[in-house]
Amino acid sequence: MTVLDVRGVTKVYGEGAAIVHALRGVSLTVQRGEYVAIMGSSGSGKSTLMNILGCLDIPSAGRYLLDGVDVSRLNDRQLALVRNRRIGFVFQSFNLIPRTSALANVELPLAYAGVKSAERRRRARVALDMVGLAERADHDPNQLSGGQQQRVAVARALVTEPALLLADEPTGNLDSRSTEDILGILDDLHAAGRTILLITHEVDVAARASRLIRLFDGQIASDVQQERVLT
Amino acid sequence: MSVFEVLRFAVRGIGANKLRSGLTMLGILIGVAAVILLVAVGNGSAREVAERIEALGTKTLTVQGVGGSSVLTAEVAEALDDPVLAPDVTSVSPVASTQATLTYQGTDHSVQQFVGSTPSYFGASNSPVGTGSAFTEDDLTQGRRVVVIGQTVAEELFPGVDPIGKEITVSGALFTVVGVLDEKSSASGFMDANDVAIAPLTAVRQALTGYGPFSSIIVEARSPEKVADAQSEVSLILSQRIETTGSSTSQPYRIQNASQLLETQTETADTFTTLLGAVAGISLLVGGIGITNIMLVTVTERTREIGIRKALGAPRRVILTQFLAEATMLSLLGGGLGVAAALIGSNFTIVGVKPVIVPSSIALALCVSVAIGLFFGSVPANRAAGLRPIDALRYE
Repeated sequence: MTVLDVRGVTKVYGEGAAIVHALRGVSLTVQRGEYVAIMGSSGSGKSTLMNILGCLDIPSAGRYLLDGVDVSRLNDRQLALVRNRRIGFVFQSFNLIPRTSALANVELPLAYAGVKSAERRRRARVALDMVGLAERADHDPNQLSGGQQQRVAVARALVTEPALLLADEPTGNLDSRSTEDILGILDDLHAAGRTILLITHEVDVAARASRLIRLFDGQIASDVQQERVLT
Repeated sequence: MSVFEVLRFAVRGIGANKLRSGLTMLGILIGVAAVILLVAVGNGSAREVAERIEALGTKTLTVQGVGGSSVLTAEVAEALDDPVLAPDVTSVSPVASTQATLTYQGTDHSVQQFVGSTPSYFGASNSPVGTGSAFTEDDLTQGRRVVVIGQTVAEELFPGVDPIGKEITVSGALFTVVGVLDEKSSASGFMDANDVAIAPLTAVRQALTGYGPFSSIIVEARSPEKVADAQSEVSLILSQRIETTGSSTSQPYRIQNASQLLETQTETADTFTTLLGAVAGISLLVGGIGITNIMLVTVTERTREIGIRKALGAPRRVILTQFLAEATMLSLLGGGLGVAAALIGSNFTIVGVKPVIVPSSIALALCVSVAIGLFFGSVPANRAAGLRPIDALRYE
């Protein structure tokens, strides 16, 4: 079953002489349960692609179907609903809400989904337990290490059980041990049947995925299935 | 998402930065409290002036000679006491007053007003006798040298001694104290209303002022409502009795009543209140600019947070409601504390004035502060909530 169906998406920034073509017609489909890594040098458009896939940005042209729904035709409110229910996003810079406990951060998407308080807390604790941070639930982000913060962010992305997990260089700011923790969690999620898209420029991170897409200058340069390397 | 949920978010948002929230509230608190309190002080002083004038007697008219004219003679005073021509006049008290130095056993006291008048003066001038008694008609006709003194005089000359029956020297003449006036309410002002001495007119003229014209004539009307009628009767009699010299158009006398005095004084006090209100309004405005500034900084600084919330699927409406609720809570809480501070402050005497709270000033100050908080909280929040999530996230 197709989760993602991107057809001829382009993205243009600026105008006139300062025009930048971030994406020059990208088409790809991703099936449920795939683990896709997207690689490319800086400026190749991989972050732009990720933001469009995550409904944080809108394409200049082309169609983007998420679970069969054309996202580019949705209004602001419907887009908020899609982001909330279907997509879990993990950022390179964690993006936790400051001065708010880990538990409250994980609860946030559920709160916006309208889940009742008790149920919310239960599900948030389960998600934190899954990333191994159950005992740190009441800590604020600034009391957690980078790896722990990213694990909270992963828990937050997972808690609504989205169809798609997008990770924009999730290990870019982490040391090797924390990187291993995060990748381990992603492996487990993949094993549990989640669809994962991951941006990276580290080869050994990309090697964990079952499919590798290379972007060059706003276009797909290669798209291959690969044997996963497991540690 | 329920309203209750959004309010909890707002409380958490306020609690997340306690110092800034506290300072914002302090700004509003000071602005609101200043407006309420300063208006209350202005209002209080106006009340005090009104009370002081009412203490002079609301049903009396004062006829005064203008510019040293000598028109207020005994004949004029007698003519005013006419039940046919002036039916609304109940008493006429001619007054001869002078400054005098009172001496008792080596203690000197210079009294502002040494008044010579008739027994009706006590009622007309609203100066009841506290201890002892007033002098009588008999004292007046006999020209007995008796005197009733005010509280200030009693305290100065007779500390710890009962003044009744004691003899004092007034500019060389001996007077016997027969009574002490009740204390009059006029704490502030140019003249101490308790610094007076009242003696029979005949005795004062004989011993002190001589037989010249009276300094004023106090006319008492039948009731406060009849003051205007009494005034027209009095002015009719005076215009018949006193000829205005052909060359000058101005009258050589002036009739004043307490309500006129009250009116001019109230006008002055109103100006004072307006002035204080304007000063307080400026402080509220400055406080408002402070709120504006903090709200702008807060929301701008939290643009990234708004981006995160949007990325997690927060609808624009929920974000806007959260920021509006935060701004409302801050300004309401600050305003409420400001009202409380003003109410507490109004229990104390400020620059000699007992403040009297004007309820409308509370409503006004609260409304303005809440409106400022809401407006300047919502405008930047609305802008941030309208950004695309990626733009809000990239905001630094």
